[in-house]
Amino acid sequence: MMRRVAVMAALLVSICLSPNAQAQPQQVVNVFNWNDYIDPYMVQRFVRETGIRVRYDIYDSLETLEGRMSAGRTGYDIVVPTSEPTFSRLARAGAFRPLDRSLIPNLANIDPALQQQVASADPENRFGALYLYGTIGLGINVDRVRALAPDAPMDSLRLLLDPANARRLRACGIVMMDSAADVIPMVLRYLGKDPNSTAPEDLRDVERTLMTIRPFIRAFSSGGVIEALAGGQFCMAFAYSGDVIQAAARAEEANRGVTIQYVAPKEGAQLWFDLLAIPADAPNPEAAHAFINFLLQPDVMANITNHVRYPNGVPASRPLVAAEVANDPSVFPTDEMRARFFTIGAVPQAAERARNRVWARFKAGR
Amino acid sequence: MKGRLGRALVLALPWSWMALFFVVPFVIVLTIAFAEPSEGLPPYTPLWRWTEEGGPIIQLNLANFRLFLEDPFYLEAGLRSLRVAAVSATLCLLVGYPMALAIARAPERWRTLLLMLVILPFWTSFLLRITAWIGILQDQGWLNGALLALGVIQEPLQLLYTDIALYLGVTYCYLPFMVLPLYATLSKLDPALLEAAEDLGARPSRAFLQVTLPLSMPGVVAGFLLVFIPAVGEFVIPELLGGPDAQLVGRVLWMEFFQNRDWPLASALAVVLLLLLVAPIAIFQARAAREAA
Repeated sequence: MMRRVAVMAALLVSICLSPNAQAQPQQVVNVFNWNDYIDPYMVQRFVRETGIRVRYDIYDSLETLEGRMSAGRTGYDIVVPTSEPTFSRLARAGAFRPLDRSLIPNLANIDPALQQQVASADPENRFGALYLYGTIGLGINVDRVRALAPDAPMDSLRLLLDPANARRLRACGIVMMDSAADVIPMVLRYLGKDPNSTAPEDLRDVERTLMTIRPFIRAFSSGGVIEALAGGQFCMAFAYSGDVIQAAARAEEANRGVTIQYVAPKEGAQLWFDLLAIPADAPNPEAAHAFINFLLQPDVMANITNHVRYPNGVPASRPLVAAEVANDPSVFPTDEMRARFFTIGAVPQAAERARNRVWARFKAGR
Repeated sequence: MKGRLGRALVLALPWSWMALFFVVPFVIVLTIAFAEPSEGLPPYTPLWRWTEEGGPIIQLNLANFRLFLEDPFYLEAGLRSLRVAAVSATLCLLVGYPMALAIARAPERWRTLLLMLVILPFWTSFLLRITAWIGILQDQGWLNGALLALGVIQEPLQLLYTDIALYLGVTYCYLPFMVLPLYATLSKLDPALLEAAEDLGARPSRAFLQVTLPLSMPGVVAGFLLVFIPAVGEFVIPELLGGPDAQLVGRVLWMEFFQNRDWPLASALAVVLLLLLVAPIAIFQARAAREAA
């Protein structure tokens, strides 16, 4: 929370610092991004270099973003949806403006292989520029988990989904990401099924599995678990990779004996991609293109990755990333880990309702 | 003649206000409630189309309303919301009645100040006040800290994300809505009535039960409704303070709207909720009008 305040303060300062404030009618770019998902100094640098003012808003769930985008006239120039299911659905609905490649020469910096991978959600990469990507897995307070469950596997989803383990970790606190769309595919994968399955019997198995660990879950979180994990409030989280790694970095800084580790489970972890996109009715598309082009510079991307601990899609940034981040396999996964990642797709609305119903019952615990 | 025009002008303002900020939004929600979800912007089908001859075709989809009857999920959420609202309104009454009575019987010069103190929390953002309660109630919060320091408990109590926190939050937030109408009725009571009761030999408790309480019933009912009605649809407080099992109707509405992206179903739910809540107000109004006549 404090850090978010600091980010906002930094951004306000940056707005005031903008050089030609009175010179010409000033351009503005309205950015709507995930919480804790940029290096605030890079925003300041953008303002300094381009003279374009930045209005920066944050969201903590794709639902918030999609709800507002569906209503239209958001007033935002930049949004950062996840490729599946949100980006693909909004793209099909006509919510985005095609990127003008001539205004974003730095699109050439993006790894073609990764571009290829997001093309299933964004055919020909027409609407989206890859920003950051990552996985979803377990954030573990190493010492406390070892102390309470010494024989439990530290690299497996069994640590969370086997009630024998979850029961022992109840005392130190388990927090679950409040997202049916992310947790249910993970459980399907754990059960050896297709993560995108919508078969009612598979969903029933998921519900049964989740219900066995429900009594041991202390909280459901949206908006991240960085502070709570770093502060030792919880000892295990199912969360976004970068959030856990940020928590680990913060715990180390605080030096209060908390060691946090990110685990991409050996059963497989969901791989996701966040894309920079411009809403169809963006008021300042030109400034939006300039913002995307600015972000895609290798040194800017390196700073962002250093700050948020998510890998980016610009390979030339890699040598500029701090060594301890660049060499951390939980940030930049090895090829062997990559082979076990899976991606999710959009499911039909009826299936989605069934999933959310399972989720509601799971949260309610009945 | 002139008087009638003036009255029409005076009445036009509240009526146009109602039309603009209640009727128009309600009609929009109502039309969405009869539509079908679709993948597009906005994510539902239009209610009417034009035929080639230029005539309109209106398609009303009633499936949403039927679902509420068939699927117990919605009914359960509704009943749970009613329970939370009723308990909270009762708690507000139990806390608010003595407060209102004390203010009404306080010396004249103190009353304005005391009323100000009741309204004072409104000067801070509602969200900030709820967030402050998180700080008080969480495991490492002030309340647990104080209890631990006093040695009352050895382990922090889980208060946040429980029903206790939920009721506390709702009661705290809506208390002024109970106190103000109660104060309005109680301050108008003729003290001579209590003196008469005393002269006739009634003890204070009996005078309260037989004189003050019955005469303050309009304030009790008004306060109860003012707390009960918004509490039924309350979303923020259960979301921030309540446990994950607090599946109230506001949460269900949010889920249909954002997670399932089913705007028509969410709208239908909103319409049903509104109609269910309008009924008790209408009855209360009708009774009040009859009594006044």
